Amino acid sequence: MRKLPVMPYLGTILVVICLWYVFSLVLGNNLLPGPLPTFIRFVEEIGQAWFWKHIQSSAYRILAGLACAFLTAVPLGLLLGSSRRLDRLFTPFIYLSYPIPKIVFLPIILLLFGLGDAGKIILIALIIFFQLLITTRDSARQVGREMIYAFKSLGGNRWHFFRHVVWPVSLPGIFTSLRIGVGIAVAVLFFVESIGTRYGLGFYIIDAWGRADYPAMFVGIIGLSGIGIVLYESFDLLEKRACQWQRS
Amino acid sequence: MGTSPEFLQIQGLTKVFPNSGAPKVVLQEVNLSLHACDSIAVVGPSGCGKTTMLLIISGLLPSTRGSITLEGEFISKPTYKMAVVLQEYGLFPWKTAKENIVLGAQMRNIKIPAKTLGALKRELGIEGLDHLYPHQLSGGQRQRVALARALLLNPKLLLLDEPFAALDTITREHLQNHLLTLFHHRNFSFILVTHNIEEAVFLGRRIVVLNEHTSGIQTIIDNPGMGQRDYRERPEFFQQVLLLRHTLKEAE
Repeated sequence: MRKLPVMPYLGTILVVICLWYVFSLVLGNNLLPGPLPTFIRFVEEIGQAWFWKHIQSSAYRILAGLACAFLTAVPLGLLLGSSRRLDRLFTPFIYLSYPIPKIVFLPIILLLFGLGDAGKIILIALIIFFQLLITTRDSARQVGREMIYAFKSLGGNRWHFFRHVVWPVSLPGIFTSLRIGVGIAVAVLFFVESIGTRYGLGFYIIDAWGRADYPAMFVGIIGLSGIGIVLYESFDLLEKRACQWQRS
Repeated sequence: MGTSPEFLQIQGLTKVFPNSGAPKVVLQEVNLSLHACDSIAVVGPSGCGKTTMLLIISGLLPSTRGSITLEGEFISKPTYKMAVVLQEYGLFPWKTAKENIVLGAQMRNIKIPAKTLGALKRELGIEGLDHLYPHQLSGGQRQRVALARALLLNPKLLLLDEPFAALDTITREHLQNHLLTLFHHRNFSFILVTHNIEEAVFLGRRIVVLNEHTSGIQTIIDNPGMGQRDYRERPEFFQQVLLLRHTLKEAE
């Protein structure tokens, strides 16, 4: 079992706290509360059940968004990466739609899927979908000719090819894309939770900002960062387990 | 030694690659046959179509014209009767040595008794490597794992594409000896593609020299001394090496 990199994390947190403290002195405690009052407020908040409801709502939306993107983009990416014909067919659609900033679809998606969780999850999934699709497709394309010959000489069928060759070749790329996706999902979450909800850390931050309750605002930011770190490390851990040949 | 001439028949084998400019003829009207439990070494200048020929025989690459039959059956796709060992070993980096060895059997739904697998690993000297990944193995060990994978289903014909090219001289000779032992014990035939003259003389009962310009067979050299363990130290080995060297120069 891989150990979490506790020392590097502690070191980084210490540096951030020092910088934070210096900036809070320069800018003044009203604009930027210092680390200590924020920490005290954080401890108070995590003792409240409703704060955990915010964390739970945000974590659920991110995880559901990532899962939707994974379940749609990865199979399609593997298919496109291993079939030139399909890739040629879909590439214009991908290249035309990928550069469009999906966040602009927020009003349309909320109109179509409502103000509840569905619309928020779909927008997160839509934004992550394209980068996951392209990374998976490009990873699947890395199957070399020698590998294909070696596989075919062993008498495998198309399903075997996906299971024993395309999938393992693509896995490291998929995990990289998922880790990047976590950062994007957290950013998108902040936007989508500012509309039509009373739960979620995005709402919590906007609400605190509106009340000029800056310590609470920073508590929300810490909470969102925490979700990001847990997910990032989880994907790292999953990759180590699923791609053992890389670390051995 | 079997004498069945129809074990492997290659007739009028032609391969043309449709280049963007002029089509490139790699093989033209190649005719060749192989007896059961016999061996052929294929040599020739780089780019003369040695590997292409091997891939077509194995059913991995379609021919433009011509036919290949193995025990009377036309070959158009890979069959369990043949096994291939590729230049870079063809091992999957994400599978352990054992997983690599049994993959073919697993995909063909063939149960391999642990005893059979153990005996094969013992024969090839790769016991204790089961849980190692290819990058954790030496070049020689990787080659043995690739050979074990190829031999697991007892193929009748083994196709080897420069299998020892990446190995140092001592390991190469060691593995050549090993291949010879397996050849004597397991009764398979093999076709070996190589650019190494000594290797071709040591392992090929007949040596097929391909010509780059005609894209066909320049000559076939009989090599009756093949199969003797001490062949490398015999005068006739050096004579054959010399003869092959001259023939190869003419083929360039």
